[in-house]
Amino acid sequence: MAEVPGLITAAPLPVPVRIARRAWRLRRLPLIPMLILVVFLVTGIAAPWIAPHNPERGDIRARNVPPFWVGDDTQLKVVVEAVQTGEGSIQISLTDARRKMAGAVVGDEIEVLLTKGGSTKYLLGTDHLGRDMLSRTIYGARISLIVVGVVLIIGGGIGVSMGLLAGWYGGVVDETIMRLVDIKLAIPTILLALVLILALGQSFMIIVVVLAIAIWPRFARNIRGEVLQLKTMDFVALAQVAGASTPRILIFHIFPGVVNTLIILATLEVGLVILLESTLSFLGAGVPPPTPAWGSMVADGRDRLAVAWWISTVPGLAIMFIVMSMNIFGDWLRDVLDPRLRQLE
Amino acid sequence: MQRYLLRRFLMAIVTLFAVSLIIFIMSRAAGDPRHIYLDDYSTQADWDQLTLNMGLDKPYYQQYGIFIKDALSGKFGESLSEGRPSMEIILERLPATLQLGLAAFLFSVVLGVPLGILSAVKRGGVLDIIGKVLALVGQSAPTFWLGLMLMFLFAVQLEWLPPYGRQERTSIILPAITLGWFYVAANLRLLRSAMLDVLDSEYVKLARAKGVSGKAVIWKHALRNALIPVLTFAGITLGGLVTGSLVVETVFAWPGLGQLAVKALIGVDYPLLQAVVVVFTLMYVICALLVDVMYAYIDPRIRYS
Repeated sequence: MAEVPGLITAAPLPVPVRIARRAWRLRRLPLIPMLILVVFLVTGIAAPWIAPHNPERGDIRARNVPPFWVGDDTQLKVVVEAVQTGEGSIQISLTDARRKMAGAVVGDEIEVLLTKGGSTKYLLGTDHLGRDMLSRTIYGARISLIVVGVVLIIGGGIGVSMGLLAGWYGGVVDETIMRLVDIKLAIPTILLALVLILALGQSFMIIVVVLAIAIWPRFARNIRGEVLQLKTMDFVALAQVAGASTPRILIFHIFPGVVNTLIILATLEVGLVILLESTLSFLGAGVPPPTPAWGSMVADGRDRLAVAWWISTVPGLAIMFIVMSMNIFGDWLRDVLDPRLRQLE
Repeated sequence: MQRYLLRRFLMAIVTLFAVSLIIFIMSRAAGDPRHIYLDDYSTQADWDQLTLNMGLDKPYYQQYGIFIKDALSGKFGESLSEGRPSMEIILERLPATLQLGLAAFLFSVVLGVPLGILSAVKRGGVLDIIGKVLALVGQSAPTFWLGLMLMFLFAVQLEWLPPYGRQERTSIILPAITLGWFYVAANLRLLRSAMLDVLDSEYVKLARAKGVSGKAVIWKHALRNALIPVLTFAGITLGGLVTGSLVVETVFAWPGLGQLAVKALIGVDYPLLQAVVVVFTLMYVICALLVDVMYAYIDPRIRYS
């Protein structure tokens, strides 16, 4: 290429610098949260193949087994009495226990096993019915994933349709839908859920409907705002002139314009749905047992904190990490796709 | 401003009616409402009497009228599990819930507001990072789990505080912290971003240029304006505390309305549950209304629009 006079051509940057620059641009990519979310997704989908044990059937002899890293809990006790009972065996009395042990003498200190430690058979221990915590947590991911998926499709679907209609038609339609949104936002979700569940019974379908009712208003409100802007655009007017029907305009011309907002809203709602579902499960109003929902697993361990802290701790940590990752990821996505939506916080 | 307040007031009334309608529809959707009180062993006379009392022989809209009339005079039927009027049980438990809610609210303001200001003023400092972590955990950890973990640490392991109940003076500490935690996080984040906005504004720069001391700028000029979003959120906070109390009271066996609602759910006690839900919604709506009024009072942009 001929040299252009007066123009300084920059030498190509060395490779390490280019990589460093690219890394700098991607510096806010939330790698750890994304990794957690991928693990969540994969375990949820592949639960039957990954889980080492049956999540709903326990081994009653292996109740309250601690996680593998917890060692045997032992205590030193003093031999206060030793009686010869037979060939080579001596009945000894400790401060508050009896054991048989060869060659024990009064005054010896002996290590007594209080609770057995964990083993690699149950990596995260077992619950009060001897069910494997790891398998239950893995299946819990599956339940959460299904609930989130169905709720987002139903709730998001209703919200988007309502938002499109309200924004497009305005007037009475808009007023009615927006007042419905206001009313929904003024009723505490959990209370509404309790009433519906007590009246209609506890089932997966009811839970999903309750959660969908809980999330649609936010979709409707934000999508409506977008539509109000979009419908004044020239391409909409041109489509009308070209004779496109209203449904066609809404679906092919307006909807693509709100997809970004929809994606952002959906990611931001995932955490909320998981928290709500687990809260309902914890209160005994969620997906019916013995299905291993995280919230009801935490509830299982409620009265056993002193004996088996892991029953409540493990599923709670799972919820926290997933929700946290989802929130961080959602914030990042919002900044990347549409900085205007920062006010959504 | 009057129009604004009138609108808000009407909205509150409409909300209450919507809730009453939902409760009414659900009580009928669940099947014959007489089954709540009677079973197959009751006499025909009992069934007839109840039909008359509940107005079940009348059309639905008249039944709803009867329901509303009873609700307005505080009659929600007898609790099935306790055999007493539901309202009576609720009034006994109301103080405990209000006490817990107030304690949690104070906790969230006392901790959240100063942390929010300091993390905005000293951006990127140690406090800012602590605040960020607090906020992240507060918005991601489920309340019920947080409560159990606090209970495990401070009541079971360290034995500093009572694990549950309301017998001792210190009993309220753990439930209040659990309930308030989320709102500490929320207040902190809101105030931080509001303060950052305000500190960047022209009038703060002007105040600084005129030589007003740094402290006076922060506390007098900036904070007053940054508090507006926090106040708006306070309305949602107070309402959310209602929902939160359901969970926290269950975890810590705090004898309030939240625990009562969950008990009613587990005991399939519909008359009691509907009464609790109405009272909760009423509290929620009143709080929201109060905040709207306060908001209009503080922010002139609303007062004059």
